Amino acid sequence: MKTVIPVENGDTLVAVRGFLKRLLEAGVVDAVLVPMETPAGAVTPALVSDSRLLDAANPLAPVMGLNAARVVGPVSIREPRGKIAAVLRPCELRALVELVKLKQASLDDMVTIGVDCLGTYDVPVYEVMRADDGVDVAAYLASAQSGELAPQDGYAFRDACQMCEKPHVSALSSGERLGGVEAVVTLELFGADLSAGIPVTLPDELAEKLGLTDPSPGPSPARRREIIEKVIAARTQVRDARFAEMDRRLEQEGIEGVFAACVRCHNCMTVCPICYCKTCLFKSPTFDHEPLQYMNWAHRKGAYRLPADTMLFHLTRLNHIVLSCVGCGMCTSACPAELPVGRVFRTIGQQVQAVFDYVPGGNVEEPLPLITFREDEWMEVGEE
Amino acid sequence: MNNNAFEPKIVAFLCNWCAYTGADLAGTSRIQYPPNVRIIRVMCSGSVDPTYVLKPLLDGVDGVLIGGCHPGDCHYQSGNYKARRRIIALKQILKSAGFDDDRVWLRWISASEGGRFAETVTKMTEFLKEKGPNPMRREWAV
Ligand code: SF4
Ligand code: SF4
Ligand code: FES
Repeated sequence: MKTVIPVENGDTLVAVRGFLKRLLEAGVVDAVLVPMETPAGAVTPALVSDSRLLDAANPLAPVMGLNAARVVGPVSIREPRGKIAAVLRPCELRALVELVKLKQASLDDMVTIGVDCLGTYDVPVYEVMRADDGVDVAAYLASAQSGELAPQDGYAFRDACQMCEKPHVSALSSGERLGGVEAVVTLELFGADLSAGIPVTLPDELAEKLGLTDPSPGPSPARRREIIEKVIAARTQVRDARFAEMDRRLEQEGIEGVFAACVRCHNCMTVCPICYCKTCLFKSPTFDHEPLQYMNWAHRKGAYRLPADTMLFHLTRLNHIVLSCVGCGMCTSACPAELPVGRVFRTIGQQVQAVFDYVPGGNVEEPLPLITFREDEWMEVGEE
Repeated sequence: MNNNAFEPKIVAFLCNWCAYTGADLAGTSRIQYPPNVRIIRVMCSGSVDPTYVLKPLLDGVDGVLIGGCHPGDCHYQSGNYKARRRIIALKQILKSAGFDDDRVWLRWISASEGGRFAETVTKMTEFLKEKGPNPMRREWAV
C-alpha cells in the first residue's frame, strides 16, 4: 500500500523517527538497525531496541562512513535473534542482497526499509561542514523534490555518489519497479515535498499494524519517475565519462600505474561490504616471503616493488568480488593514498558483469555468476 | 629481442584425474613435446584459484595453462564448469586491467589424450614464441 507519513511543522526527521518508533512500539520488530547520532553529532549505525533512543536516529544525515550491509550480516545471519528492521540506502541494500547470496546475511524476519539517497559526504568532509558552516538539512531534503542533487557550496559528495545511477528504491510489494533497489518498506523521497509528508510504500498488513491506514498516493508516480530519470541521466553522464577515463588510464598505465602509490594497508578490503572472508589470504603468512626470495625477485627483475604482491592483491580482489561490487565506493573513501579504488572496481566490474549478464544487488533469487553454470554455455572454450 | 632464441616458460595446472594423467600418458608413450612447461598437479580445474594464475603471470611467466577434464567428465561433477566461468572472468579482468589475456589458456584434456596434451603444449609454446616474452618479466612496478 502507498501512503504518506505525515510531517508536522516541516520536521521530516521527527516524522521518520516517529515511524521507526511505531515499528518497535507496535511490536512489528524487536530492534531497528539505523544510523544514530551521538550527542556530539557523529553518525554511526546501531541496533536499537528502546524506542525512546530513536530520538537520536538519523537515517537522513548526508554522511556515509560505512556500508551498513557489513554490520547487517553478523546481526542477521543466525537464528535465534528475533525480528529486525534495517534502514538502508540503495547501495547498502544492494550489498545486502549480495551478502545474502554469499550466505553471509539473512533476510528472514527482516524488514528492510529502503530510503532514496540524495547523495552522501565522506566523514571528514561532513565533520568540517558541521564545524564550519553547519549542514543545511532543509536545502538537502528540498533537493529530493527538484532532483537537483547538489552538494552544499564548497563541499563535494563522495566520489561514488557523484556517479551513482541507482539512488532510488522500489517497494517489493508494488508493481511499478523503475528499476530501483527493492525493500519491504520504501521511503520514496524523490519528487516529494518532504516538509509536508514522506511517501511510503509498505505491505498492507504492516500499514495496518502501524495505523497508517490512510491510502494516499503521495506525489504522482509520474512525477517521481520524472525526477528519478533526471537524476539517473545526470549521474550516468558522470559515470560514463569516468569509465572512459579509467579505461584509458588502465590501458596506458596498467593497473600498476593506477595503484602505484598503494601501501597495501587493506583498508579498501576491510570496508568493502562484499569482502567478507575472515582469514584473507593476503593477511596470512603466505605472503611473508623469505628475505632471500625478495632478493631473488630483485635480481630477476632488476628491481622489485614493495610492499610486495600489491598488484596481485588488487587483481585477486577483483577476481573474487568484482562481479558483486555494488559501487558503494567505501573503498575509495577508506584509501589513505586517495586512490580511485572504487572507480577501478566499477569500471572493470561493469565489463565483467556484462559478460555474465549479471547485475549485482538485483534479485536475491538470481545465483552468483561464479557459483552457478550451465552445461551448454561457452562450449567452444577449452576445446581448441 | 630475437624471438628465435626466446624460450617461453609455461606454468600448467593440470587436474589429477584427466589432464595430468593425459600428460603422464604423453610421457610414458614417449610423445615429444617442448620442454617449456612446468607442471603443477591439482585435484581439479575447479580448485585453481585465480591467484594461482596471477602470481606467475605477474612474476613474468610467459603463459599459464589450466587443464581439466572434458565437460561432463569432471571427477567432482561440476568443477570444470565452474572453472570455465572463473577463467572467463579472469581473462576479462586481465583485459580490462590492461594485460594480455591470451597468455592464459584453458584446455580440456582427457586421461587418454596424451597426444592432445603434447599438441597443446607445442601450440602454446609456438604461440608464445611468436608473441614474445611477458613484459611483466622486466616490469618492476608490478
Ligand atoms: S569494491 Fe569498493 S565499491 Fe565495490 S562493493 Fe567493495 S567497497 Fe563498494
Ligand atoms: S586502501 Fe588504498 S592504499 Fe590501502 S590497500 Fe587499498 S588501494 Fe592500497
Ligand atoms: S577433476 Fe578434472 S576438471 Fe574436475
